[in-house]
Amino acid sequence: MTTGIAGYPLAIQGLSKSFGSVKVLEKLNLNVKSGEFIAIVGRSGCGKSTLLRLIAGLEQPTEGTLLRDGQEVTGIDPETRVLFQDARLLPWKKVLENVRIGVRDGNRESAMEALRMVGLEEKANEWPGVLSGGQRQRVALARALAGSPRLLLLDEPLGALDALTRIEMQDLIERLWLRQRFSAILVTHDVSEAVALADRVVLLKDGHVALNEAITLPRPRERDSGFAYFEKLILDRVMEREPSSSYEPKIASFSI
Amino acid sequence: MRSRWTQLSNKAWFVWIVPAGLVILWQILGQLGWISTRVLPTPAAVLEALIALIRSGQIFGYIGISAARALIGFAIGGGIGFILGLLNGMFPLAEKLIDTSVQMVRNIPHLALIPLVILWFGIGEEAKLFLVALGVAFPIYLNTFHGIRTVDPGLIEMGKVYGLRGLALFRKVILPGALPSILVGVRFALGVMWVTLIVAETISADSGIGYMAMNAREFMQMDVVVLSIILYALLGKLSDSIAKGFERWFLQWHPSYRKA
Repeated sequence: MTTGIAGYPLAIQGLSKSFGSVKVLEKLNLNVKSGEFIAIVGRSGCGKSTLLRLIAGLEQPTEGTLLRDGQEVTGIDPETRVLFQDARLLPWKKVLENVRIGVRDGNRESAMEALRMVGLEEKANEWPGVLSGGQRQRVALARALAGSPRLLLLDEPLGALDALTRIEMQDLIERLWLRQRFSAILVTHDVSEAVALADRVVLLKDGHVALNEAITLPRPRERDSGFAYFEKLILDRVMEREPSSSYEPKIASFSI
Repeated sequence: MRSRWTQLSNKAWFVWIVPAGLVILWQILGQLGWISTRVLPTPAAVLEALIALIRSGQIFGYIGISAARALIGFAIGGGIGFILGLLNGMFPLAEKLIDTSVQMVRNIPHLALIPLVILWFGIGEEAKLFLVALGVAFPIYLNTFHGIRTVDPGLIEMGKVYGLRGLALFRKVILPGALPSILVGVRFALGVMWVTLIVAETISADSGIGYMAMNAREFMQMDVVVLSIILYALLGKLSDSIAKGFERWFLQWHPSYRKA
C-alpha cells in the first residue's frame, strides 16, 4: 500500500444524462480536487448513483465533459475502484482470492496486506458465504484498496449494514483514506454519514448541484455539536425545510 | 427427549427396511410357487445368474460396452449442447439465430425418431450413439443457456470494474456462476442417457447388456433378463452418484451444498 500517490482530480462541466425521455442530470458542474473526499447526497432518484456510474465509466454521458486527471472518461480505468451497495464478492472464490482480484498483478502479499488493513486476515481462507454482511463489505473494501487506487467511488456501501457496523465501517474508511489520500466520492442518503466522512457535501436536486458545503470540522470526526450543526444544515436543505428564524448557531462551541 | 422410534429411524440401515422386506417377500412368494418362475424368477436365481456370468467373465464385457456407448454418446451430445448453450447464452445474436431451431428439434421426442434413425444409420453403433447424443444434448443445452443467463449481473459488472475481460471474465465469473445450473442439466441428461441406451440396445445389439438380455430372452433365461434390468438400474444409480459427487466438489462454496 503506497502512500503519496496523488488522487485523481475531477472536472465535470455541463454534464447531462438522459435515459430515453427522462432527464436525470442536467448541465451539472462539479470539481473535485486531488485527494478530496466528497459526499453526494439527495433524495431517492435524484441521480446520485447515475453520476457515480458516469464517473466510473460504466455509463456514457448524453452531453457535457467529464475529465479525470485531465483526460476524458471513456470507460473503466484501472486506477478507479468502486465499492457497491452489496459486497459483490465471487462466492466461489475464497476471501483471499477475492481480494487478489483487486491487485493488478495478482500478488498474494498485497492482497494479504489489504486484508490486514481491514482486520480480516484470519478469514483469508474462508468462503464468502460464511461471513456476515459487515465482514463481506470489509473484504470488498480490501479488494477496492488492494490496488492502491487513485479514485474510490462508494455507492451507498453501508446502507445494508446495521447502525453500529455502519459507524465502524465509516471510521475504517476515514482511517484508510487519511493514510492513502485517494480521491473519494461517496454517494449516500445518510446525511450523518456524509458529514462524518466528507471534506465537502454536495446536494443533488433536479439534476444539478443545489448545495456545495465545505465541512470544516477537524479529523478524525467527532459527533459533537459542530457535527450536529452541519448535519442539520444539510438535512434541512435536503428535506427542503425553511430554517426556523429563532435558530442561532452558537459559533463559539466548535472549532473551525 | 426423542422417542425411541425417532432415534431408531435415524440409523443408516433404517431406510433399507422396506426395500429389503420386499425382496424377501419376493423370494418367499417365488419359492412357494405363488409367483411362477416363468413370470418372475426369484432373487436367488438372479443372484446365481450373476455369479455364473462373473465367473465366466462375460459380464464385464457387457457392462463395459454398454457403458462406453452411453458415455461416448453423452460426450458428443453433451459437448454440442454445452457449446450451443454457451454461445446462445453469451451472444444475443447467436440466440436469435439458433435458439428457435433448437427448440423445434427439442420438442420432437427423440425416441420417436427411431424408425428414421434406423433408415439413416442402420442398426449399428452410429444409430445408438446418435440417439443417445440427441437425447442428452437438450437438457444440457437448456441448463447451460439458463445458467449463463442467470449469472448475477452485479458480479459481471464488478468483474468489468476490476478489469476482467473476455476470457478472464468468462473463466472467473460467468462459467462458475453458471455451473450450478449446468450440473443440474448434467444429472438430468444422465437419466435420459440411460433410458435412451436401453431402448437403443433393444432395437438391435451384438454386444453389451442389451445383447445379453436379448440372448437370454431367446433361451427363456428370465433370470438373466431380470439381471439386465437390475444392471441398468445400478449403472444409472452409479452415474448419478458420481455426478452428485462432482456437484458437491465443485459447489463446496455454496452454503446449501455444504450442509448436504
